[in-house]
Amino acid sequence: MTTASTDSTPAVRTASVETRRWRLSETMQTVLLLLPSIVALAIFVYVFISFTFWVSLSNWRTLKVDLSLREPLFATYGELFAMARWQADLRNTFVFTVFFIAFAVTLGLTLAVMLDRHLAGHHVFRNIFLFPYALSFVVTGVVWRWIFNPETGLNLLFELLGMNHLLAQIGMGPLRPGWITDPTVVAQVNGILAAVLPGAESWQVRWGIPLAMIPVAIAATWQLSGFVMALYLGGMATISDEVREAARIDGAGEFQIYHRVIIPMLRPVTISVVVILLHVSLKIFDLVYTMAGVGPGFATDVPAIFVFEQMFKATRYNLGSAAAIIMLVLVALVIVPYLASTLKEES
Amino acid sequence: MFGKRTLSVGTLILLLALVMTACMAPQAAPAGEQAAPSGEQAQASGGKLEVFSWWTSGGEAAALQALFDVYSAQYPNVEIINATVAGGGGSAARPVLQTRLAGGDVPDTWQVHPGYELLGQYVEPGYVEPVTSLYQEEGWEAVVPEALRAMMTKDGELYQVTVGVHRGNGFWYNKKLLAENGIEIGATLSVDEFFTIAEQLKAAGVTPLCVGDSGIWASAQLFENTLLGVIGPERYNGLWDGSVRFDEPDVKQAMEVYGRMLDYQNDDHAALSWDQAVKKLMDGGCAFNSMGDWAYGEFVNAGKVDNEDFGWVSHPGTDGSFMIVADGFVLGNGAPNRENTINWLRVIGGKEAQEAFNPLKGSICARTDCDRAKFGPYHNWSMDSFAKDALVPTVVHGSAAPADFQQALNDAVTVFVVDKNVDAFANALVAAAQSSGFGR
Repeated sequence: MTTASTDSTPAVRTASVETRRWRLSETMQTVLLLLPSIVALAIFVYVFISFTFWVSLSNWRTLKVDLSLREPLFATYGELFAMARWQADLRNTFVFTVFFIAFAVTLGLTLAVMLDRHLAGHHVFRNIFLFPYALSFVVTGVVWRWIFNPETGLNLLFELLGMNHLLAQIGMGPLRPGWITDPTVVAQVNGILAAVLPGAESWQVRWGIPLAMIPVAIAATWQLSGFVMALYLGGMATISDEVREAARIDGAGEFQIYHRVIIPMLRPVTISVVVILLHVSLKIFDLVYTMAGVGPGFATDVPAIFVFEQMFKATRYNLGSAAAIIMLVLVALVIVPYLASTLKEES
Repeated sequence: MFGKRTLSVGTLILLLALVMTACMAPQAAPAGEQAAPSGEQAQASGGKLEVFSWWTSGGEAAALQALFDVYSAQYPNVEIINATVAGGGGSAARPVLQTRLAGGDVPDTWQVHPGYELLGQYVEPGYVEPVTSLYQEEGWEAVVPEALRAMMTKDGELYQVTVGVHRGNGFWYNKKLLAENGIEIGATLSVDEFFTIAEQLKAAGVTPLCVGDSGIWASAQLFENTLLGVIGPERYNGLWDGSVRFDEPDVKQAMEVYGRMLDYQNDDHAALSWDQAVKKLMDGGCAFNSMGDWAYGEFVNAGKVDNEDFGWVSHPGTDGSFMIVADGFVLGNGAPNRENTINWLRVIGGKEAQEAFNPLKGSICARTDCDRAKFGPYHNWSMDSFAKDALVPTVVHGSAAPADFQQALNDAVTVFVVDKNVDAFANALVAAAQSSGFGR
């Protein structure tokens, strides 16, 4: 900037003086045009976020609005993190996020690679794989609720296929998982956490993998893997055939081309995919609410359900707001670095 | 000929005119309507009445319509706005109502449960007006039981008109299934008797107890009924005024009994809703189900016959108590149609409306002088109980304690169903009672 201004010649300066009035009014125009959106954004996003934060610090616990600050400040947050249910929610979100992203990225990428090879009827398949994305999460939740109901759905299919008969013959018990009704938490790591983190021994929740969360992750994968596939297909379309040719000349096989060339080149797409899926999974509500609810022993409870129930059923507005603020922080932790890096690349 | 410019300007003016008249028209109409009738009497015979409820399913909607019909017969010129929000137990409606109240958009009248939900949530913040004068004018104090009135009274003023009363502590059984196993249930059932029968059934390969707790309140209700059965109505009432703590020995014993009952429940309880659990009982999938008498409607709708296909007793140990799950309406403070609303309350507190409403809703009248011939054998049994038994408030349906305790109970039950830890359960409820402001 400084070099540009010192280098500018008098001729250029006169030109800029002549057009200044026009330029100023252009800036004014821009500001005027943007003002409504800026005001709306400021009020409906930032003012309300600030309001929610204020409520989370307040005494508001009944239907009657009470915005006086609670003593000591942040007491509600302390209460929140001491709740077994909230601890379970954080665990569930973590487990769900890991499974969901692993499943969705793997499946989406696999589908994209398959379609990228122009198999017969790939147009039809591309649409079929994308269809679930067009459904509402509520619809997906209800459908998968029946599939993973222990009395109907998959277990009935196992029975009809004679699998349990077969298992009985080789001396094994019947295969009848409880799916979304199973309260079991496997791979518990409370002991390890207590050894590493001070204060962890006071956690009331069993840290591990709640089995009921996996069917929910499968349902979410079913819905979003088509979307992941579409993003990857878009990314692959930008990689020219010359790259593949070059790799082939260098003696790479089909697998190696993907493993060593295409997938590394798709890194920006992968980052976008992961960020998008992460914020979906952190905010998820409707799918879980309709499919499994809070689950046995909070095996499938998630922060968004917690917020809803604390706010509107328990009328603990301060606690619900505190949980909402924590959700915002979690999402921000994912989105802000991503936005920062994108902005950096653009400039 | 006209120029292009003239044409477009003309079109614009025409459009503007159209839009303006369109906007003006609906505003002009009600102004005219309001101007027409004069005097208070005429105002009351016209205008509108907004009734907010969550009665949308078959029998409930029909029962609400019956109330509307009785009202419209007396006030034909009042237009009733039926503001229902679908969702069991008001789970979706209450958030809407809360938002409207907080925003000052008060409905004329809305559905409410007596007890804490009424007094704590609506009376305390001043969202409703007292209706004591209606009770005096209509002589309702003589026909509405005192214990029920007490649940609607604060500082000597009554705030609600109750239309129907459900009995929460019902224990339903599949009569044929029990007969096949050589079991007959008498007029009452004690806790010990239940466990003897449950053991016998289990040995015969029959699931003793059906629970459908995909909505956890159903299991919380099993606990609430068991609690009442083990500690009795006096101690049970003491829990809500702070004179009894949740970690006292008899309360913990009730929790143990509840835990033992859960050992006899169906494996797929978490996948079923309460009505699916009743369905399972009808289909012979289990013998017993603890549920309020809204379950009765499920049996009737499925074509089952009283005392032949199915039977009922009080939940084990709760004979002599009546767990009140009642519905009523209030007068909104700042109701836009106050006069119409007062008339609405006058109508639904009356015998005619309650006799029309309750057989459809599957509940009994809140007044004790309804015509018994209009009700079947179950409801006559329930009316007997209502007239002579100890009336106690339900916590699961919002009468006994604040909403945040209700949520804390549901949360504690969600955990207890899995880990059956009595001490943790008791401590959670003690803490919740303290934080809700009624426990010590």
